[in-house]
Amino acid sequence: MPAVSKGDGMRGLAVFISDIRNCKSKEAEIKRINKELANIRSKFKGDKALDGYSKKKYVCKLLFIFLLGHDIDFGHMEAVNLLSSNKYTEKQIGYLFISVLVNSNSDLIRLINNAIKNDLSSRNPTFMNLALHCIANVGSREMAEAFASDIPRILVAGDTMDSVKQSAALCLLRLNKTSPDLVPMGEWTSRVVHLLNDQHLGVVTAATSLISRLAQKSPDDFKTSAALAVARLSRIVTSASIDLQDYTYYFVAAPWLSVKLLRLLQCYPPPEDAALRSRLAECLETILNKAQEPPKSKKVQHSNAKNAVLFEAISLIIHHDSEPTLLVRACNQLGQFLQHRETNLRYLALESMCTLASSEFSHEAVKTHIDTVINALKTERDVSVRQRALDLLYAMCDRSNAKQIVAEMLSYLENADYSIREEIVLKVAILAEKYAVDYTWYVDTILNLIRMAGDHVSEEVWYRVIQIVINRDDVQGYAAKTVFEALQAPACHENLVKVGGYILGEFGNLIAGDPRSSPLVQFKLLHSKFHLCSVPTRALLLSAYIKFINLFPEVKSTIQEVLRSDSQLRNADVELQQRAVEYLRLSCIATTDILATVLEEMPPFPERESSILAKLKKKKGPGNVTGVDDTRRNVNGANSAHPFNDLLNLNSPPAANSSLLVDVFSEAPPDPASAPPPDVSDESFSRFVCKNNGVLYENQLLQIGLKSEYRQNLGRMYVFFGNKTSSQFVSFSSSVTTMNPQVNVHAKAVDPVIEGGAQVQQILNIECVSEFSDAPLLSIHFRYGGAPQNISVQLPVMLNKFFQPTEMTSQDFFQRWKQLGLPQQEVQKIFKSKHAMDSEVTKAKILGFGVALLEAVDPNPANFVGAGVVHTKTSQVGCLLRLEPNTQAQMYRLTLRTSRDSVSQRLCDLLSDQF
Amino acid sequence: MMRFLLLFSRQGKLRLQKWYTPMSDREKKKIIRDMTTAVLARQPRTCNFLHWKDLKIIYKRYASLYFCLAIENHENELLALEVIHRYVELLDRYFGNVCELDIIFNFEKAYFILDEFLMGGEIQETSKQIVNRSIEASDMLQETMEEYMSKPAF
Repeated sequence: MPAVSKGDGMRGLAVFISDIRNCKSKEAEIKRINKELANIRSKFKGDKALDGYSKKKYVCKLLFIFLLGHDIDFGHMEAVNLLSSNKYTEKQIGYLFISVLVNSNSDLIRLINNAIKNDLSSRNPTFMNLALHCIANVGSREMAEAFASDIPRILVAGDTMDSVKQSAALCLLRLNKTSPDLVPMGEWTSRVVHLLNDQHLGVVTAATSLISRLAQKSPDDFKTSAALAVARLSRIVTSASIDLQDYTYYFVAAPWLSVKLLRLLQCYPPPEDAALRSRLAECLETILNKAQEPPKSKKVQHSNAKNAVLFEAISLIIHHDSEPTLLVRACNQLGQFLQHRETNLRYLALESMCTLASSEFSHEAVKTHIDTVINALKTERDVSVRQRALDLLYAMCDRSNAKQIVAEMLSYLENADYSIREEIVLKVAILAEKYAVDYTWYVDTILNLIRMAGDHVSEEVWYRVIQIVINRDDVQGYAAKTVFEALQAPACHENLVKVGGYILGEFGNLIAGDPRSSPLVQFKLLHSKFHLCSVPTRALLLSAYIKFINLFPEVKSTIQEVLRSDSQLRNADVELQQRAVEYLRLSCIATTDILATVLEEMPPFPERESSILAKLKKKKGPGNVTGVDDTRRNVNGANSAHPFNDLLNLNSPPAANSSLLVDVFSEAPPDPASAPPPDVSDESFSRFVCKNNGVLYENQLLQIGLKSEYRQNLGRMYVFFGNKTSSQFVSFSSSVTTMNPQVNVHAKAVDPVIEGGAQVQQILNIECVSEFSDAPLLSIHFRYGGAPQNISVQLPVMLNKFFQPTEMTSQDFFQRWKQLGLPQQEVQKIFKSKHAMDSEVTKAKILGFGVALLEAVDPNPANFVGAGVVHTKTSQVGCLLRLEPNTQAQMYRLTLRTSRDSVSQRLCDLLSDQF
Repeated sequence: MMRFLLLFSRQGKLRLQKWYTPMSDREKKKIIRDMTTAVLARQPRTCNFLHWKDLKIIYKRYASLYFCLAIENHENELLALEVIHRYVELLDRYFGNVCELDIIFNFEKAYFILDEFLMGGEIQETSKQIVNRSIEASDMLQETMEEYMSKPAF
């Protein structure tokens, strides 16, 4: 029997529940339920009209049966009848049944809508709330059609009760998600923003959820919300904990509202208004400071709520990616959490650091925690925490620590949970390729992977190692030698046999000079594995054998004998048999010339995105891969780092149907006279001096993102054009004009149509012929809704992009410094710092500028010294630089010496603008 | 936004389910199965978070009951834990030392309380006092309306 029965007890229901609980077996339970269902059915069908109470009781029983996991196919009508009861309890149960059991396409919706309409106009707040809840729960299109225009009115009406406002705001949010096209923006939108000033914190909380959603979709319409949110947030974080009464949760002031406000602010870039910006920075600093204060309560609820706000603040800091001091502070705070005794905090710190690792300001700071993270990978008891540690190691990996991280991942792999082995293998393979300085290390690493976790090495991984070996002739001999040695092991994984067969077939000749790996030895080694392998591997080995016949005529007869044996020529497998027959014939009749042509070494594979990276993304789902390719973050993106193909974060589905009208207009002939003047944007140019990736340009229609990579005097830039609208762009073209012949940019053509919400990529190949100062101009033309659009943006291709860092000893540095002693070779500039003077950030910027940072050269440890070589097609210009900060005066002195005065001047102009 | 909330016992018996996005019955059953197996398999003293598909799963055990809340990827895990805790507090306040049996026998009340607190997957009212007041008010409304309606017709 029930422990408590409050309000109106339904005795029949309680008895039924007790009966079910007393059932000894599943069968008994089903029997009891069937009996009850039969009883209810007969009551509903009976001649006698049921009174409201009985109807309510039976509907409630049906609900209980449904919640036990049984299907219910009747009773809906009775529940709908309850909606129009004027007894509150009956109405309430009716609504509960509808929201649990009615799916959005039920044919009862019309009847339900009628009942809702009555309750919405009843002006009874309790009934209105029930109705609003029902709309939010069912959320069907028909309901949205019926009520989408009423709800905004209820929300902003002056006489609406607070609790109804809250329900209306959240109901509207729900409808906006399910049927965004049906919720009209209008006069109410501006009034919604002002709910952020409401007296009632519950109303503010609900309104903030709604506004965040609306602001995400049309940021410009809700721009004013940012200032209001900052003001509100500032009042909360500075309030004494008792000020907010019941909205204080375990001594934390309004944690839910704070988090919502911080999230709303993440819909926008950092405020442009200086006062607002500093007020927000103050809030964020206060939140960071509070983390250092002793806790006001020992309860875990206190620390959870406090840290929830802190993590959200850190998300905002990462999102803005513009305040180096805050970023570094955030990183330090997370660093403390990495060693916290609460597992939850360690988990979240690892997760949050992953995104910090991809900000160029904090990448270096994150790297300092490498030992703690490696330790977490080794010692955490909880596999989910280890997983996060693994993700973070992957995200913080760069050329400087790749060897260490790959080694740790490999050693972890041996004991790792089976569920994540494949992912580790993929990550190791990607890092090893991405950061390989010498490819022998890469080959060793991949062979180690196959040796340790062969079963988890997917095809993509071993395909890739073969691609790389074929494309790089400096590693082929080493690869052949290494696989030959690896194959000596008595038991080796089949994947190793595949790699071994392929590589020896192509490059076995490179090691054939050594009698220990003579052609015959190589062949016998491969053939000793043959019988243990599956059909595809055997097929691959047969191809290796015919390649051997071409490479080593001396083993031809041995191999022909093998091919001729019954087990090959009459193999039950068609593929194997066919290969054996054809290869044998080929080897018998073809002349050596023909053989040499047919069996020539494989041509290099076309360079393209690593198929392994694609696989990892598929495995983890979009948005979850912290792409190493993408270590520099998209400034306007969401808090997670973006995988390669989603740089612009345009995953949100476009609004439906709004393109109909626009298409009609796009037929109209262009009118060049009315074309708006091209919109030239160069403010973002200087942001790219020290970084290669990010958002270059954005307006309401279009977002342009960049990823670029440079090697010596060549560069490749991937330009991503994201259509932010839901309609297509037609006649799209994008071209690059160079201001002078010193830089060549070759742009590949792009598709003339960009679908709504889609993103296309354009590849630019860049060549620096000699030193230059004017950046190329990217001009974009397209038609949107019939109107021509012209946009011109300076492409961030600067001289410093062609830097190769040069490490040198202190002695070398000073010797060269002296050699570049002519007055015109040196350029010096003294300037005031525009940002907080943080040495970690400065270091990151100098590295981003492209030079090597030389430690222990300058006698004053506060100074920075760097060296690099600018590569152009015609010459190489060595460059030394020295940056001396004066924190007291907030000034810098920058000195550059290069062999050419124009280069010194240009580099000085570029770099001095960054601090 | 929150996607769903499940309450189940240590034996994996479902006690309450609330879905904030439309889903077919088959999907729901699959999720319930996945969640109970994933959460019940967790060792003690591990963290309270799991990644599942594109969602984060936040779970916490109170006595014999597991509360399991799915949130979207960018949402705040720690605060989700406190959403669960606040709901437990509200149940506790209403039933007085709430136990699993209260939720079994008064499942409809558990739903009503949840609806006062969350709506459409977002937090509606975080003040404990206000939520309690409105739950009491609706109980009151039940009684007075009952009494009012059962008066003999004039």
